[in-house]
Amino acid sequence: MGAIKTFKDSFFFYSFLRDPLAICSFLVLATLVVISFGAPIIAPFDPYDQTIIDIMDAEIAPIWDDEGDKRFLLGTDPQGRDMLSTMMYGMRVSILIGLGAVALQSLIGIIVGLVAGYRGGKTEAFLMRLADVQLSFSTYMVAIFIGALFQGLFGMGVYENYAVPLLIMIIGFAEWPQYARTVRASVMAEKKKEYVEAARVVGLKPTRIMWRHILPNTMTPVLVISTVQVANAIMSEAALSFIGLGMPVSQPSLGSLIKSGFDYIFSGSWWITLFPGIALVVLILSINLLGDWVRDFLNPKLYKE
Amino acid sequence: MIAFFIRRVTQAIFVMLVISLIGFAIKQNVGDPIREITGISVSAEERESLRDELGLNDPFMIQWLRFVKNAAQGDLGNSFYFKKPATDVIMAKAPATLELVFATSFLVILLSIPIGIYAAVKPRAWLSRFFMGASIIGVSIPVFLTSILLIYVFSVWLGWLPSFGRGDLVEIFPGWKSGFFTVDGLKHLILPSIALTSIMLPLFIRLIRAEMKESLETEYVKFAQAKGLKASRILFVHAFKNTLLPVITVGGVQLGTLIAFTILTEMVFQWQGMGSMFIESVQRADTSLMVAYLVFVGLIFVVVNTIVDLIYGLVNPMVRVAGRT
Repeated sequence: MGAIKTFKDSFFFYSFLRDPLAICSFLVLATLVVISFGAPIIAPFDPYDQTIIDIMDAEIAPIWDDEGDKRFLLGTDPQGRDMLSTMMYGMRVSILIGLGAVALQSLIGIIVGLVAGYRGGKTEAFLMRLADVQLSFSTYMVAIFIGALFQGLFGMGVYENYAVPLLIMIIGFAEWPQYARTVRASVMAEKKKEYVEAARVVGLKPTRIMWRHILPNTMTPVLVISTVQVANAIMSEAALSFIGLGMPVSQPSLGSLIKSGFDYIFSGSWWITLFPGIALVVLILSINLLGDWVRDFLNPKLYKE
Repeated sequence: MIAFFIRRVTQAIFVMLVISLIGFAIKQNVGDPIREITGISVSAEERESLRDELGLNDPFMIQWLRFVKNAAQGDLGNSFYFKKPATDVIMAKAPATLELVFATSFLVILLSIPIGIYAAVKPRAWLSRFFMGASIIGVSIPVFLTSILLIYVFSVWLGWLPSFGRGDLVEIFPGWKSGFFTVDGLKHLILPSIALTSIMLPLFIRLIRAEMKESLETEYVKFAQAKGLKASRILFVHAFKNTLLPVITVGGVQLGTLIAFTILTEMVFQWQGMGSMFIESVQRADTSLMVAYLVFVGLIFVVVNTIVDLIYGLVNPMVRVAGRT
């Protein structure tokens, strides 16, 4: 209970309550997360269950349309799956990949940033040059290339079977430089402080100083970029799925749902694209708005763009 | 200055070598050229002698050096699908992408500068709040979704504008078919360039606004105000000029983002440019063309960024001095 009370009295919580936009986006995001992870319980249908899917139900319009069907609130997709349930499951896939990719890229980025910032010299020059070059190619570009490469290496079938871990790897590898740069910048500042010197004088090993002494003090900027990075990762996943390098149709994410809807847009089936599209935009927008608020609150002057 | 120049160019060459190494490694590991060339009836010995003849049994580094040497002369191998040199295929598709990029850059420059300045000068006005709100929504909508919505509204629903392809083209000089000079071509250009602008514009509005705000805080702007200069002169001559440098640098870096987004936009609008060619080559497992695209895009990218850095170095002496040490 003590922890909850400290949190309630904290300035963080106070300023959060003073910002209606932050509260709004937090509520929206929380709802979306609960809906998507509670999908197996809440969703009216199970889109992965082949036995209840009927191809005759394909492309049914939403319920308020004249051609709607009472069973399907938001209509059905070309496979005959209920749009609403498929979207819930799809959002779960998108969020999972987003979180996984951010976990991977922060792990790589933090290690590289710590080592580069602490060691300095040639190691730093090499690692940071690498990060700069990769970053300058833009994360989308790198992600698309790695995706194309993986598909070429493993073949289409394997790629589709292991789509989730592969996508996490692709996006993680594509976006680590952001973290490396951020962590390195704050390590450079922390390194000069006296507690690091004290730890060194005591005779601690460099790895211990890096992990236990410096790393905890660089967590603020890492948290700040993490929020926005989740949104970026979800966006990358959607883009990869849209060009066919992402989740397969049998296990759709929001991006691959939009893709399957795009093939039917000229026949007038707008709902297959529009609903997952809205879900994706609302998801990304709420994370971005929340990220903006966190950044303004912590204000470590990281962002200049 | 010369030291800075040499340093920068060496770095660019090094990056290009790394890109070619990655590209070549992909080419080596995906697909077997002998199988592409020969039929089933060719015996194993004949295949082996063909391998020797083509130099496919040489050590990796020697083959890579050969690849780099050919690439430097503009030969990036043959596309498996088109049965033509990959460079030719890319050159035939490049004008479409470049025209899309030109149209988008034009729109972005035209809109981002006034909006960015306005939002910096009057941050509390409702119009700048509207622009900033719109820009955060703009970056949150994936470009392919904007494209699909534009197609649905303007082509399927209203039927005003064409939804795919480039329309009527005229050949302005050999190898460059342009859509800029026909009404039909321009009509086809509208939707893709708006879609691409919608995602690039917010980045630049935010950047110009941030830089402008910073330079409005500086001493020389306050001094100019104290001297009683006209507000427009202070804004454009004193403040805006100094925001241009960071804007150009970031603009160079954003080229990579722009290229990635052209892939998505071209795919939706079936715009026959390099981006849709790349996606098709991925689908057809045309490794050779994929690698050629990678090297080509890498080249454009490195050249543009090197030029941007050199200009930066020319204009800003601080970089030059740092580059010497």
